[in-house]
Amino acid sequence: MATASKIIRNFYRDSVSLMQLSSRLAKLPGMIQASAIMASEANLALLREAKLLSGATDAGPNDLLITVESQSDDAIAGAMREAEAAFNEKPRTGEGGGSKREPLRSLEMAIEQVPNANLALISTPGDYAASEALKALHLGLNVMLFSDNVSGEDEIALKRYARNHGLMVLGPDCGTAILNGVPLGFANMVKRGAIGVVAASGTGMQQVTCLVDRLGLGISQAIGTGGHDLSREVGGITMLQGVEVLAADKATKVIVLVSKPPAAEVAERVLSAARAARKPVVICFLGVDPKTIVGDNLTPVRTLEDAAYVAAALAKGRKSKRGQQVKVTKLPKFRRGQKYVRGLYSGGTFCYEASLLLGEALSPVYSNTPVGNASRLEDVWRSQANTVVDLGDDVFTRGRPHPMIDHRLRNERIASEAADPGTAVILLDIVLGYGSHMAPAEEIVPVISAARKRSTKAGRNLVFVGFVCGTDGDPQNLSRQEAVLRDAGMILCRSNAEAVRLAAEIVRNAVKSPASKRSTR
Amino acid sequence: MKLFDEDLQVLNVGLASFAEAIIGAGGKAIQIEWAPPAHGNAAIGRALARLVNHKDVEAANRKAYAAYLSSQPILEGIGLARTAIPGMGRRMLLHAGPPIAWAQMCGPMQGAIVGAIILEGWAEDAAAARRFAESNKIKYESCHDYGAVGPMAGIISPSMPVWIVRDGEHGHRTFSNLNEGLGKALRFGANGPEVLKRLVWMAAKLRKALAAALEVSGPIELKPLIAQALHMGDEVHNRNAAATSLFLKRLAPALLKSKASRSDVAEAVGFIAGNDHFFLNISMAACKAMTDAAHGVPLASMVTAMARNGVEFGIRMSGTGAKWFTAPAPLVEGLYFPGYSIADAAPDLGDSAITETAGLGGFAMAAAPAIVNFVGGTPDDAIANTAQMGHITLGRNGGLTLPAMGFAGTPSGIDARRVVDTGICPVINTGIAHKEAGIGQIGAGITRAPLDCFANAVWALAAELPADQGG
Repeated sequence: MATASKIIRNFYRDSVSLMQLSSRLAKLPGMIQASAIMASEANLALLREAKLLSGATDAGPNDLLITVESQSDDAIAGAMREAEAAFNEKPRTGEGGGSKREPLRSLEMAIEQVPNANLALISTPGDYAASEALKALHLGLNVMLFSDNVSGEDEIALKRYARNHGLMVLGPDCGTAILNGVPLGFANMVKRGAIGVVAASGTGMQQVTCLVDRLGLGISQAIGTGGHDLSREVGGITMLQGVEVLAADKATKVIVLVSKPPAAEVAERVLSAARAARKPVVICFLGVDPKTIVGDNLTPVRTLEDAAYVAAALAKGRKSKRGQQVKVTKLPKFRRGQKYVRGLYSGGTFCYEASLLLGEALSPVYSNTPVGNASRLEDVWRSQANTVVDLGDDVFTRGRPHPMIDHRLRNERIASEAADPGTAVILLDIVLGYGSHMAPAEEIVPVISAARKRSTKAGRNLVFVGFVCGTDGDPQNLSRQEAVLRDAGMILCRSNAEAVRLAAEIVRNAVKSPASKRSTR
Repeated sequence: MKLFDEDLQVLNVGLASFAEAIIGAGGKAIQIEWAPPAHGNAAIGRALARLVNHKDVEAANRKAYAAYLSSQPILEGIGLARTAIPGMGRRMLLHAGPPIAWAQMCGPMQGAIVGAIILEGWAEDAAAARRFAESNKIKYESCHDYGAVGPMAGIISPSMPVWIVRDGEHGHRTFSNLNEGLGKALRFGANGPEVLKRLVWMAAKLRKALAAALEVSGPIELKPLIAQALHMGDEVHNRNAAATSLFLKRLAPALLKSKASRSDVAEAVGFIAGNDHFFLNISMAACKAMTDAAHGVPLASMVTAMARNGVEFGIRMSGTGAKWFTAPAPLVEGLYFPGYSIADAAPDLGDSAITETAGLGGFAMAAAPAIVNFVGGTPDDAIANTAQMGHITLGRNGGLTLPAMGFAGTPSGIDARRVVDTGICPVINTGIAHKEAGIGQIGAGITRAPLDCFANAVWALAAELPADQGG
């Protein structure tokens, strides 16, 4: 073990930079301890205590003293070189640290930088989402709450606070909205125009806005309310605000309201607000008897497709026009026993609508989320007779991404439906837009081809019916996605309702048609 | 509704892809770097949400901060603790940080108490002093509860001299002991004969000389002096070289004109000139005067004290009275004197974080770029630290400006809500004491106040809100 020291005469460095140098030297390989100090009496005493210095030294208060302790002479020499080099270094300058922007860590911090902010889009885990929403409201921001798992109590408190302060809360569990032309969450890029939408369903809104876009018209505002807004407890606060906004909005000529069946008293409140809107309002309360919806300016419709078609016609000043019954011209040939529709949905509202429509056309119909004439599936992982299944349901998404983003689960299910000799038609929704998979058709096509190949081998004919919910403005591009699917042999419809009707028609015809008997000989 | 007449400007909290999509579609969105507040404690997160931009809290903070800004700390004199500090008992010792019992105290604090007991003549030697310290013949109190502050162990005993600072605007007084210099000192727990000898000299000759000088000079306004020191490279916590020089410049002519003897003057001047940190304790009393001015405004979330007893870090908030909100005191990242390392260090200690509470120290780091050298930083890092503190404070103190920030006022008035909301914790420049009593200062560095103190404060403040308010 050796210590060595070096005196640099009349050389001043401030104590902090010397402490820094000491620490740098001490970290060199083989070093036991190291020190660089101005040789004042106090500092020399410290060195003696640290056993870095024994006896006298001729270094004085104006001298810089370097002392190092190491077992290796090489290490000592290296440390001395390092120390000399350090004194000749140019002063370090920061790399723009002075102008370095602190990341924005809170809504309040962000508002100081962007005082014109007017909407907080919140998608944190549910435990924290209500708190962030409350902060946003306190700061005068409107809120779109994408997060789910927010309690009903919180939803009511947030929405009441918002209403009392001239603000809105979209959600919780609001997947999509289009505000002032800007698509939010899982929204599509649609043209701006004269049709305003308030929807308690994300995919419902996507279907209506995309069809309106396809019909050459546009959307003024599309306001999502979240799925619980029309419950008795929440009382439709957001939808009522939405109706009021669109009624007052000069750009909006026609209003479309979309929801699953609202609580009765809430429905009445919403309809009464709609009647007061002084412009045409198309009401699409899926599963509600249209006869119960009455008003001079109200047009009840049964499907999302009709909502778009009727709204488009009204916006053009024509009489309302519904979607047309599809005719099946070329009937596919099935084997005996092939008589069922299997609908594999990524969109919850599409599945809901399919359950309603298919239940009217065929029997029996099963679903994991049955409505209308449909019954509950015994096992959500196995189809029975005609089945429509919502693969976005919690039971399927636990621990994995939503099927609009990750196609693996549905692809597996397509393969197993195809292997089932009872399957005649596989019905699929393909949802485009921000947030969805960037190339869904490319994900599905290989699975369709493989399924068809295996069916053919087994002597069966398998029909794929589907529709793409999207626009040409979407990042995935509607036309391109449709072309890829069509090339793979999928029969494409323009809407969910059309696809469901077509699937039902194919199966009905197959069952009664002589062609099917021949083919199953 | 206003929203629909404006351009949409989104603040995105959560999935970053949503912000990217909005921008991709031609809209305007800004991503918040969000993390669950209060280490993911959802209940405290909710308490915070209720307080954010709450009109009563905002009003309370405006009132508290205005009082802080208008405070005018004036060095009024020097006295003995037992007569100067109201309520100071005959057998009482004041210590740094939140209240703590003898058995729980860290090494340096116990060492300082042993020294103070001998100094007071309550025991003959260290062993007897320890026994006395353990007995119930002595009352330990937090300095802060007596308007006092002390660096490191912060021990103030009845016969010690204390600076007396008065807030010229609001009238209240604050106190601090006198700085003993570096090396072996009572505040680091050293209690040997040379330490006690110096304390005796300070209580007698130095105190009398300074008192005589202050009689001649009259009260000294401290805010302008601190402001000037900020322009000379000090942040008046860990760098006091300029402030000490400025103070001595004020004092020296008065000392010479005073009735103090020539030899006492020479000793006093030599002592002050030999200790760059002499001004620290005056700075601390001035800061305590400024933050005390803001204390006691119901519902105010402005922090009015940050202090450490070597075991716990504690804060007080204007709106929650004398209550301390505590968390374990952190270790300090920094540079160590030869022969020492972080393994030798006591956790963060002392009342000196009152400087940061008042917008100085780490908050004014931009004025003293050399400080960041302690953690291997650059002058830009010093500026960044000060700028960052701007995000957790209520305003800028125009009376204390920072040349490197374009002469902007120093960020001041820590808002406990903003600390929890941003997760940005107050930065503190500090000395490092050896964990064993009596060894003294072994380094210096930079640390952060623990988030949990502020989280607990937010929780307590939300409980003061009427239930029907704030959502």
